[in-house]
Parts: sequence; C-alpha cells; structure tokens
Amino acid sequence: MATRLPAAKRRGAARKKLSLNRSDRIWLVAMVAFPAALHLLLVWIPALLTVVLSFTKWNNLDPFSAIEYVATENYRIIFTIFDTNLFPAMFNNFVLVIWLTICSAIGMLLAYLLDKEVAGSRIYQSIYYFPVVLSLAVVGFIWRSTMFSRDRGLLNMVWPGEPIDWVGDGQKLFEFSLPFLDFPLGLSRNFAALLVAMAWRHIGYIMVMYLAGLKAVDNSLKEAAAIDGCNEWQSFRQVIFPSLKPINVIVIVITVIEALRAYDIVAALNEPRGTEVLGTLVTNALLGEGAGRVGVGSAYGVVLLVLCIGFIIWYVADHYRKTA
Amino acid sequence: MKPPRLTPARVLLQGFLITVAVAWLLPVATAVYSSFRYYEADTQVNGVFSLPTALTLDNYRDAWAVGEMSKTFGNTAFIVLPALFFTLLLASVVAYACTRYSWRFNIAFLILFTAGNLMPQQVLFQPLFQMLKRTPWPDLLSDTDTGSLLGTKIAVILIHVAFQIGFCTFVLANYMKTIPTELSEAAAIDGASVPRQFFSVILPLTRPALAALGTLEFTWLYNDFFWGAVLLNQGNERPITSSIAVLNGQYATDFNLIAAASIVIALPTLIVYLALQRHFIAGLTLGSTKG
Repeated sequence: MATRLPAAKRRGAARKKLSLNRSDRIWLVAMVAFPAALHLLLVWIPALLTVVLSFTKWNNLDPFSAIEYVATENYRIIFTIFDTNLFPAMFNNFVLVIWLTICSAIGMLLAYLLDKEVAGSRIYQSIYYFPVVLSLAVVGFIWRSTMFSRDRGLLNMVWPGEPIDWVGDGQKLFEFSLPFLDFPLGLSRNFAALLVAMAWRHIGYIMVMYLAGLKAVDNSLKEAAAIDGCNEWQSFRQVIFPSLKPINVIVIVITVIEALRAYDIVAALNEPRGTEVLGTLVTNALLGEGAGRVGVGSAYGVVLLVLCIGFIIWYVADHYRKTA
Repeated sequence: MKPPRLTPARVLLQGFLITVAVAWLLPVATAVYSSFRYYEADTQVNGVFSLPTALTLDNYRDAWAVGEMSKTFGNTAFIVLPALFFTLLLASVVAYACTRYSWRFNIAFLILFTAGNLMPQQVLFQPLFQMLKRTPWPDLLSDTDTGSLLGTKIAVILIHVAFQIGFCTFVLANYMKTIPTELSEAAAIDGASVPRQFFSVILPLTRPALAALGTLEFTWLYNDFFWGAVLLNQGNERPITSSIAVLNGQYATDFNLIAAASIVIALPTLIVYLALQRHFIAGLTLGSTKG
C-alpha cells in the first residue's frame, strides 16, 4: 500500500487548480454533478421528504393537492393508537442492538485468537466468514429448512423443553411491563431463533474487520508489552484494544445501523407474529393491511431516522476530522 | 519469530476453533445433505442424521419450477450487471474529482456520500415510492402497464446505483488519496486533459480497489432483498433473492425443497466468494482501514 504523503506534497493538488483550462473545469463539474445529483435525488431528498410527509395526512392514491398538514397527529397515532405495533417493534430492534453488539465482541475475540499464528488460521477464517456472502433472506430459509422446524429442526435437539416450531411460535420467552403501556413487552421465541441465525452471519463480518485492524497493530508494541511482563489480558486491554480505536468506531456504527435497519430475514419469512421490527412497520403502512397510510409510514421512518442519525454523524465526524 | 509450540493452551484453542467451525458449517452442510433426499418419505421419518433411503434431484427440479428461477435469475442479471457497472463508474469519477483536485466543497461532497450510504433504506421508502409512481415512463421500455417508473427494473437499478455510489465513493476516495500527486502533475505537464488523466493514469492504478469493490458490490446487489421486494410486483417480476418469499406458500413444510431452493440461490455468491475470496475481504477492509 502506498505511503501517506507529507502535507507539503499534497498542496501540489491545490496549485494545479490554477492551471486547469476551461474544458477541464467543465469535465470536473460534470464528474461531480451527475453522480451527486443522482445520489441527492434518490437518497437525500427522499430522506428529507420522509420528515415532511410525517406531518401530513395523505392516501397515496390521491393527487398532491389532497395532502393535508396535520402537525404531529401521525406521531400521536403511532405512539398511542398503534402503540401495540410501535413498541414491540422498537423493543425487538433494541434487543437486536444489544445482541449484535455481543456478537461483535465475539467477532473481535475470534479475530484476536486467529491473529496468533494458529495452525489452519486461514481455513478457520474462510469458514467463519462464508455466511457473510449470503443474503439474510437466504440465511432465513437455510435455517428454516434445517434448524427451525418442529419435527426435524436441529435447534430442538439442544432446546430442553417440548419441541417447538421456531419460526411459527410467537410465545414470549420473557415479558415485562412498562408504566406507560397497558400491555407487556417481551422477546418471542421466533425472534430469538432469528437472532441466532443473524449471529451466524454477523460474527464473521466483524471478525474480518478486526483481523484487518489487528494486522495493522505494530508488532513491536505487543512484544514490548510482553517484555514489560503484561499478561494476556493486560496486553490486550492496554495495548491492543486502544490501537484498534478506528475499527471500533466503524464496528459500533455498522452494528447499530444493521440492527436498526433489519428487514430481510423478517420480511422473507412473512413476518411471523412477534418478529416485527421498525423496518417492516414502514413498508406495511403502505403495502400491507389497511395500506396507503403515507403519513403514518413516514412517521415510523422518522423514528428510525432519529435513532440512526446520531451514529451516522459520529462516524462521519470521526472519519473526516482526521482527513481535514 | 519462533514457531508456536504445542502447549495445552494451543490444544484448547484448536479444540475451540474446530468446534466453532463445525457449528458454522452445520446449517449449510445439513441443508446440502437434505436437499438430495425426499422429505416426507425419508428425512421426516428417519431424521436428518441418517443414511438416505434414496438420493434424488427432484427437490432441485421442483425448486427451480416453483421459484420460476429461469425468469428470476434473468431479472437478477438484468438488474445487477448494469447497476454494478454504473456504480463503479460514477463512484470512481466522483472520488477522482474530490480527491485529486481541491476545491471549495470537495470534502463536503465526500461527507454527503459517506453519510448517505449509512442511511437505512426504509427511511427513503415512502417518498421514493411516490416519486417513482408519479414519474411517467413509457410501458414500451418496461414490462409493466402502469405508465410509471414504479414496478420497473430500471427503478431498482437507479436506486441501487444512487445508494451504492455512497460506499464506493468513500472507499475509492480513500484509495485514490494514496496515489502520489506527481503522477497527475507529470501527465498534466504533458498536456493530458482531465478525462485523459482519469482514464489513463488514475483508473489503471485504482484497479485493485475496483476489483475488490466489484466483488463485494456484486454480492451486495445480488443479495438485495428490500428494493426488489418493495418496488417490484409480486411473483416472477422480482430478482431471485426477493422472490424467495414464494417458498412461504404451499411448499413451506417441504423442508428439503426449501433447502434445495436456498442452495441454488446462495450458489452464485458462494462461487464468487470461493473464487475471489482475497478481493472480497480486501473490499471490506479497504472501507475500514484508511489508505
């Protein structure tokens, strides 16, 4: 990999700007303008319009003139009338954030172990990593075919109770009440089963990120720690982990956003009762039962956006602070 | 460095790693094994871990027919290949203009692309659906009869390109920053125009990053479930990954057929992974380690 350029040499790029002729300038403008227009039009403008539409009432069949400003009515609706949809979905997303964070830690552990000149390290890496190339929709069906079924599913071989249909059974594993809700929240068995399948894919992904990060850690640091008499844990905690900081930021952001935008595995398996997530609420408001609620669907979208935006800003700020 | 000695700790570590590896392969290995057996006559009676009474390809034949896979694989090719080409082309062009020249907003544009790539797709869904629905599009150029972009594969290609430009620009910008400026300067002094510098100097040097991104993006686009499912009509209009939900229907309890279908759908990305593993992992890590 090429070495970093000293600042003095980079300034060459700024100087060159002056020597650009007219056609070069037009080329450069076009090179940025066309992709940027596409990206703005199909990503950023819809993201802003979601916020706008969340304050309106509109059946998507009517013309634009029928769009009605209703202030925060949609938010009142989703937090009170549709609270039986919103809060279980938010709880599932919350569980997913916690769960995938644990999986990320396992991925880091595997990377740490495989980084130590283990015999067969490359084979292990290939095996742990391969589920990452599968779509979560396909992962859902692979697990459904062999792991989840009541009759012959392999999960039932380790499950202590009566055999259950892991995709169909929406019974709660545990429940608790919140003071402002008149129904309990809890984790369904079928969602727990999906968590296991998602872990299978997530751990390898994070492992690869950390393996790349660990390769970049200066070996002399580890040796110095060993000479100073650090034990395994101390050297990891005080030397290796701090030098992985850039990777940690990326992993946390990826993990949280993956957990919040989860959709494929749930939707592909027809969203069994108990597995709803914020992502499916957004699309169901338009395409599902009682469809055509653009405002309500957008309000769900904004909830998702609000939960993600802090992490997106954190990541971008962290990356470009160093570059600028 | 000295070779690792065989200590109890090493043996324990190997034992742990092998156990995890077996657990990791189990779902796919049993799916492959089951896919060659009859379900009702064999697996259901004798269990997954038994010798087969007969081996069969019927599950594959049926899965191919049930999933209308010749059609849906075609749809996937129609969407993924152009989307991949335009994503890489447009992203390398933006990354070039933003990193090889400094102008007032170059970092601002990079920030825009990086942040856009992290946006959850569902946030865009409601307005995007309406925008597509209200954009006239001749039916002659699509296989719908709505007269709009909604439900056309072109719409899916457009949104893929718009979305994936974000990640690819980010990665390519990090990569292009490391190419020495002297190379462009020399070309500029020789009188090479901007497009010529891009195509003959920078693009060839970016080839490793493009190979890595191409591999990664191929699997991401192939694996897309969301856009294919929400923007295209039910059934055989969809790309293969989005059409997988058809297996929830009357075949939902023929688990060996489901296994066969999943394996067929997983096969292209698995082949790409096995053949191009190095590029694949490079693509991911290019995005995480800088330069």
